[in-house]
Amino acid sequence: MSSAAECTAGAVSAEERFRYLLRLADTSLVLGQRLGEWVGHAPALEEDLALANIALDLFGQARLLLAYAGQVEGRGRDEDQLAFRRDAPEFFNVTLAEQPNGDFGQTIVRQALLDAWQVELYHSLIGSTDEQLANIAAKAMKECRYHWRFSCGWLVRLGDGTEESRARVQAALDGLWRFTGELLTPDALDAHMASHGIAPPLALIRSRWEARLAAALEEATLRQPPPAYFPWHGKRGVHSEHLGHLLTEMQHLQRLHPGATW
Amino acid sequence: MVAAATSPAAEPLVRRVWQALETVMDPEIPVLSIVELGIVRHVRLREDGLVHVGLTPTYSGCPATELIHRSVREALLGQGLAAVVLETVLWPAWSSEWMSEQGRQKLEAYGIAVERAPAGRIACPRCASRAVERLSEFGSTPCKAHYRCSACLEPFDTFKCI
Repeated sequence: MSSAAECTAGAVSAEERFRYLLRLADTSLVLGQRLGEWVGHAPALEEDLALANIALDLFGQARLLLAYAGQVEGRGRDEDQLAFRRDAPEFFNVTLAEQPNGDFGQTIVRQALLDAWQVELYHSLIGSTDEQLANIAAKAMKECRYHWRFSCGWLVRLGDGTEESRARVQAALDGLWRFTGELLTPDALDAHMASHGIAPPLALIRSRWEARLAAALEEATLRQPPPAYFPWHGKRGVHSEHLGHLLTEMQHLQRLHPGATW
Repeated sequence: MVAAATSPAAEPLVRRVWQALETVMDPEIPVLSIVELGIVRHVRLREDGLVHVGLTPTYSGCPATELIHRSVREALLGQGLAAVVLETVLWPAWSSEWMSEQGRQKLEAYGIAVERAPAGRIACPRCASRAVERLSEFGSTPCKAHYRCSACLEPFDTFKCI
């Protein structure tokens, strides 16, 4: 598990590229699965549709990224095998994506934090030296920008809303903020990818993400929590207790009937 | 969207393929062909003797993508064209601006509004009033948002501007 963290200074190996692609793919896949849990349960039909549509875009992005990751890996695994036949330690999503939905306000806070990150990350990845990744990023960026319009809009409405809604989203923000350090702090693999122009330096993403969030939180009259210490390592396969439960549900059918199709 | 044929002899074949593609309707919006939607990126006769058709998805996760690929194969088979390769083109990413003017008019006649530049100019497809309100950024398919007319009170879908 630590091999990815001990990158060599030389060229990017297939294994390293594979792992970096999984970070992006798994974040979209896991977040999409979380949003899917809202179907039939959202506070209004419009929000039900919205969360399901965002999930659909995220699954599409995950599929493109997983298919490409499978090619890079070169062991014949396709996107379905990668999505449904890996266990939690082999998932490399950021830890924030797997956090439970909580109430609608918590889901919106999680979404806004991740939308802002994906918008900035994919925007920079359009300039990646990895052509296929750049092409996927160009598509994903447009979709994530639209997701941000939705999540940021709700963040402002709830934050600058009633006493109750404001208290709830502030509590959600305070609770989830500790996971944001992982999005913005590079580890050895992030730095290695950046040194080859495959990914942007995370310091750049951090400054853009912070500016985007600061403006949204101000409009939402929400208090920005203090900087978060960085004890989470989902992108290295070390997850919170929630991912295993999520995968149990998501992978149930393929685990029970491997290779089953519609 | 101009077809780049490899030789003059290929032109009639390429034209036939385009004509066949014009009969393939979007499964979610059956008045609109995939050519009008702007998702056919190229038709080329390549050195391998096969016709290559480039298709791009509107949204990464659009569930209609696979059905569209199947419909394209069937339409071309119906024209006796079996030696076809379907290619997925991701770059440049599809934009709602790629929809043809004819496509926009068909959509509006069908009851789906289209956001026109400058962004935000949306008219009710029923009574043409500009007094509309957005109910949700999202709608019944990944490519649509949901609006309501403040004048005639009719709710309607709007093609998202992306």
